[in-house]
Amino acid sequence: MSSEAIADTVGPHEFLRAQASWRLSEVAFWLAALLPFVLAPDYLILASQIAITALFALSLDLILGFSGIISLGHAAYFGIGAYTAGLLSVWGWGEPLTGLVLAGAAAGLFGYLTSFIIARFRHLALIMITLGIGLLLQEAANDASWLTGGFDGLQGIHTWPILDRYEFDLYGRTAYAYALAVLFLLFLGVRRIIHSPFGLALRGIRENGQRMPAIGAPTRQHIRTVYTIAAAIAGIAGALLSQTTETASLEALGFQRSADVLVMLILGGAGRLYGGFIGAIVYMVARDQFSGLNPQYWYFWIGLLLIAVVMFVPDGILGGLALLQRRVTISRPKDPP
Amino acid sequence: MSENALSARGVNKSFGSLIVAADVEINLPAGVRYALIGPNGAGKTTLINLMTGMLRPDAGRIFLGPEDITALPPEQRVRRGLVRTFQINSLFPYLTALESVTLAVCERREAARIWWRPLTAYRDEVDEAHAILSGLALAGVCHRRTRELPYGQQRLLEIALALAAKPRVLLLDEPAAGVPRGESQELFAAIAGLSRDITVLFIEHDMDLVFRFASRVIVMVGGRVLVEGTPAEIAADPRVRAVYLGKAHQGLVS
Repeated sequence: MSSEAIADTVGPHEFLRAQASWRLSEVAFWLAALLPFVLAPDYLILASQIAITALFALSLDLILGFSGIISLGHAAYFGIGAYTAGLLSVWGWGEPLTGLVLAGAAAGLFGYLTSFIIARFRHLALIMITLGIGLLLQEAANDASWLTGGFDGLQGIHTWPILDRYEFDLYGRTAYAYALAVLFLLFLGVRRIIHSPFGLALRGIRENGQRMPAIGAPTRQHIRTVYTIAAAIAGIAGALLSQTTETASLEALGFQRSADVLVMLILGGAGRLYGGFIGAIVYMVARDQFSGLNPQYWYFWIGLLLIAVVMFVPDGILGGLALLQRRVTISRPKDPP
Repeated sequence: MSENALSARGVNKSFGSLIVAADVEINLPAGVRYALIGPNGAGKTTLINLMTGMLRPDAGRIFLGPEDITALPPEQRVRRGLVRTFQINSLFPYLTALESVTLAVCERREAARIWWRPLTAYRDEVDEAHAILSGLALAGVCHRRTRELPYGQQRLLEIALALAAKPRVLLLDEPAAGVPRGESQELFAAIAGLSRDITVLFIEHDMDLVFRFASRVIVMVGGRVLVEGTPAEIAADPRVRAVYLGKAHQGLVS
């Protein structure tokens, strides 16, 4: 029980503003995100992939962590974004920024269409439906090899320099800067959503979806909106991957990717904005290190880590840290996001 | 019909062979304080579920004022002013009291669809929520998470959420359920203090509270309306006595 003796005396506006304000730890996080340029210039390709995965995890956090909509098929939207950007390039339009926008629009459109099904279900049914959507799309992409290149992936992607100036280099310098910039901008957007009236409604749906209609909330409409936004962001993440790696393969929309991102988010802490980021960093750095030692054995460690986290810190790494912080300083009423 | 704030006309509902509502006719005139009583399993909560759209009647119609709302989903009925609370707390455990009520105010004012502006820009909504909490003596704990509030205050928060929807008709399902006797008086005092523009129907087992706070009483038994009248008429009615015979613990026969 974190005590609110102090908080109770604070006015409502001040209290809400304080909750939405930037914390020092957030500023530190974003500054630290710049460190790889200086400290680990050989790992910028990995860093760019982490940033892309973090963006993907952020989009899942929006639906899973903040709205309680579980998904095992979120890679479908990532894949649509990846193929949209890839195909645009193959067809002769390798301009990255418009590619991102179009990829986001395509994934958002598919998200909007599927959201009508998603909004009707909860819990176990939702897991099955999202899984089904993911599998369907993967098979469709495999089958349409004339379009997607099928099992071999899409050939001939070439991404033009960003703003006609910044060429993509072998070391991943531009790729990381690009991915990080997009991640940061979209993060600002998501942060804004979370602290909006709509964000509050999403938390209401997560906390007690049954009660929402009794306060007059159009729950399904809210779910459709957030699902569409999350799908568009996932699509942009997918586009970043195909643009920076200049490949798009079935792996981009496979079940493995849906499962991985879910694991990362839970590992880092769902519903905390930064959970997916921390999860992506830990997971991908660990994979990079372990798989160097013994590639087959990698999932053994991940399995072990996952069980340990869920057993001992059910709210993920950030949840555990927040708990620690609460125990140390009991004056803060709310968790840091 | 327009003088009635809420009416149920010939409402029927059964689950398989179990009849939970049989030809229920209810007319609530505007501004009246109604108590809905009856033994357990009489169909009181079911009737609230039917009127608020949580259940669909097999037959019959529900009117809110002159409007037939039988086909409307629950949230549309709430928007039109038909609001309920729950017997078992149905709240948002990790939202603070202020956040919960602000959410309900935002939903009513159509602000909850807005995702591009910060909540802090909605000062009126926050102020209104705070005023509702103050009116129920919850302002002092408005920044606490719901799950950390004592049970009695959670019951009040149920009512606060309902008030945030600006009800014309408020259906309270055992508002004082689980609340110690002393506190339940306070809770009903808060209900009694509600604006006279609001028509109130409450389910309650404690007959002292029923007789003190209701201007009219409806008795339900086995899915049917047995009788309706003033508290004095109900207390004197032999049929009601028969139903409650041997159920002295419920307070009617004493």
